[in-house]
Amino acid sequence: MTYSRLIFEVSKEGRVGYSLPALDVPIEDIPTSIKRSKDAELPQVSEVDLIRHYTNLSQKNYAVDLGIYPLGSCTMKYNPKINEDMASLAGFAHIHPLQPEETVQGAMELLYKMERLLCEITGMSAYTLQPAAGAQGEAVGLMIIKAYHDSKKDFKRNRIIVPDTAHGTNPATASMVGYKVTEVKSDKEGNVDLEALSQALADDVAALMLTNPSTLGLFESNIKEIADMVHKAGALLYYDGANANAILGITRPGDMGFDVMHLNLHKTFSTPHGGGGPGSGPVGVVKELEDFLPKPVIKKEGDSYSFDYNRPKSIGKVKSFYGNFAVIVKAYSYILTMGAQGLRRVSEIAVLNANYMMKSLLDHYELPYDRTCMHEFVLSKLKDNPNNINTKQIAKRLLDFRLHPPTTYFPLIVSEAMMIEPTETESLESLNTYIDALIRIAKEAIQAPELIKEAPHTTSVKLLDEVKAARKPIVKWTK
Amino acid sequence: MFPYIPATDDDIKYMLEKIGFSSVEDLFTDIPEDLKLKDGLKLDPAKSQLEVEAIVSRLANRNIDASKMPIFLGAGVYDHYIPAVVNHISSRAEFYTAYTPYQPEISQGTLQAIFEYQSMICELTDMDVANASLYDGASALAEAALMAVSVKKRPQVMASSLINPESLTILRTYLESQNIDLVLIPMDQGLTDADYIRDNISEQTAAVIIQSPNFIGYIEDLTQIEEYTHENASLLVMSVDPISLGILKTPGQLGADIAVGEGQSLGNPMNFGGPHLGFMACKNQFIRKMPGRIIGQTEDKEGRRGFVSTLQTREQHIRREKATSNICSNQALNALAASVYLATLGKKGIKEVAEQSWHKAHYAMREITKSGHYSIVYDRPFFKEFPIKSNIDADKIEKSLLESGIIGGYKLKNSLPNLTNAILYCVTEKRSRQEIDRLVTVLEGLR
Repeated sequence: MTYSRLIFEVSKEGRVGYSLPALDVPIEDIPTSIKRSKDAELPQVSEVDLIRHYTNLSQKNYAVDLGIYPLGSCTMKYNPKINEDMASLAGFAHIHPLQPEETVQGAMELLYKMERLLCEITGMSAYTLQPAAGAQGEAVGLMIIKAYHDSKKDFKRNRIIVPDTAHGTNPATASMVGYKVTEVKSDKEGNVDLEALSQALADDVAALMLTNPSTLGLFESNIKEIADMVHKAGALLYYDGANANAILGITRPGDMGFDVMHLNLHKTFSTPHGGGGPGSGPVGVVKELEDFLPKPVIKKEGDSYSFDYNRPKSIGKVKSFYGNFAVIVKAYSYILTMGAQGLRRVSEIAVLNANYMMKSLLDHYELPYDRTCMHEFVLSKLKDNPNNINTKQIAKRLLDFRLHPPTTYFPLIVSEAMMIEPTETESLESLNTYIDALIRIAKEAIQAPELIKEAPHTTSVKLLDEVKAARKPIVKWTK
Repeated sequence: MFPYIPATDDDIKYMLEKIGFSSVEDLFTDIPEDLKLKDGLKLDPAKSQLEVEAIVSRLANRNIDASKMPIFLGAGVYDHYIPAVVNHISSRAEFYTAYTPYQPEISQGTLQAIFEYQSMICELTDMDVANASLYDGASALAEAALMAVSVKKRPQVMASSLINPESLTILRTYLESQNIDLVLIPMDQGLTDADYIRDNISEQTAAVIIQSPNFIGYIEDLTQIEEYTHENASLLVMSVDPISLGILKTPGQLGADIAVGEGQSLGNPMNFGGPHLGFMACKNQFIRKMPGRIIGQTEDKEGRRGFVSTLQTREQHIRREKATSNICSNQALNALAASVYLATLGKKGIKEVAEQSWHKAHYAMREITKSGHYSIVYDRPFFKEFPIKSNIDADKIEKSLLESGIIGGYKLKNSLPNLTNAILYCVTEKRSRQEIDRLVTVLEGLR
């Protein structure tokens, strides 16, 4: 039997899972007028119940430490263990963000050095490590862009251009920051359509947001022309760093002409995704945008570090304190471990692995853009598909092989899209296992379609009814 | 060779042959030649594990952490007890090396844990529904303001000036970027001035935002504020300390429409400010306007209970520029820690932690003010933090405490400009009587 209880169903009146020292000070009366009227019905479990409950839950999860997890644009690479150990050192984990600066010099030195490392890796002039995730990084980037145009008294720029391949966060961020969104289409090669871009560019455009390589896994080979066009129109160029794993040590957004960018430390720099966070989304800018960065910034004088809050042009603050510090410690440890050569190796092997997988699947799956891919590639439907098997069904069938499906139905411009990003941390054997499974499914699609349509068969729950969940939402346990 | 990259020279050769390339460099021909780095990145060479450990540990050792000195600093981030089980569960690779549960059938662990988290947040706050968590308390507060604006379609929010200053700065950044007006409600004798709300609230006001206990420690009286807010058909947003809810009146009881707060105290280390988590809960009728991920219960095709991300049509990957928010992650691992924490402490423990914090904070306040050289700024109910004033320079106090091996309180000179020497002390259940007495002795020695 699969474990299926809720923690509330494990609970039994009178059990405890914690212990505190006995109270060693006098009791001070708590006025009834400020007290809650009834206790919070939290579970009552022993430590044994608790550990077994969560250990049982953990076994219902798939994870990178169990096998390949090739979600496109998510860069699910291996999470090195030394990084976890470093972040949990007491000298990092148990310091308060408002302690006197002289008691946290080590943490400030680490932040300062991390900023310098990211500048070198991306060709930017300065970084803020404050944003909590990529989406928040995008928001900071666009706020900086807005502040820049405002500082030039250029108030008419109210539009952001995004390609039709953009991540959903790009347009969502743009409207959150108060911009209108114009989408430009891609050309037959999967690049931004230069003519469409040129038509969209006008004196009301604040910026173009671009992911390079794009979500099709293709490098924008016209990037220099694009940068020129954008800058000539008086707009800025924003780099969505979701796909930076393809270019480490090979080329840099700063050299390509980007003005503002974010990185995802939880993608490119190996920090764990945690089941959906915490992430970290540092934002880099070119020299002339430095004054607009969120505050505080870290200054170094001699061997001592201090926070500078006196930043009159700063866009302000988007996240408490200095960002997701523990995540930054992990990424810093990773960069030290890899060094210049190692980071280049990361991208080389990530790209090689992706191309190897792509070529190995060509006989069975449609490849809408037949080019050398970067760190990921996008397949469309099955080549031979008499039984109309769709991508969702293929994804669910993959679960039966204990494999994580690719990103599906994205990018939106490819029908039945499957976006596959193996990363550099998968071995040849692991890639082959995945390829074999996808080929087997392609054959099943012809010979045993029911097997696919009924999938998954081996998971702790079968296909879940998502429509039902949304129609009448049950979002908490009730007695 | 690099330990995280399994490809051998033979593997590389084999793969290149298979795909018809003669070298790895040839895979990068789409990148214009003049954009390629000629001499590589200027970084130090790769380091062994022992070297990385030495370098990073040296930095950690330069800091003074709460295991070396008792800490009386709070101001939004707190040194509460973290049961050992919390770290053991959140260090399980099945949790921390998984991603967003896009494939619910193989993510039931994360999904159920978050469903339980949502349930416990609802219990704690007495609200109907909670989301799966947000970046931190400050962004939760800002998102609540945006949510209220979107619910009420009104262009202004009123926020108490006694909200945590970090949160206020962040609120301002969020609101400015969307051209929403912010009206700050002044302080009156340590509390948010309810009369000011009565006199200034208008049909423009989408929400009134109050923090309780407020930034300088006092428990707000919501009675009139709630009345003025709802009479005006505005939403009441409350920011609360989750630990305080072990004993204090809940946002639900006080009539809040949206409750938010910083969840760090719930089993997450201080981490120099992050990662933490923000929690958000609201009344049922606003669920479709709530930002962030929400986990819902459903069934599989054989009728077994299961959990999925639900109401996703609010989210950016479906709605793009029409989404309720641009957020695409939560703080899942921190929410898991919060969940394990709340389950470990349980019904009895959350109360005991809150009560011990209350008793110890009040003991500390009485001892500090006993001799009369220090006094509390306003004599009002507080929870675990309280402001103390004196004639002694706050920087001098901080320095002397540090020299005696104590991390002192938060200097309030920016929050209470007319009380330049005031310090906000925080006492959690972790502080012992001995540590409190030592604090008092050092303070007494200063006059």
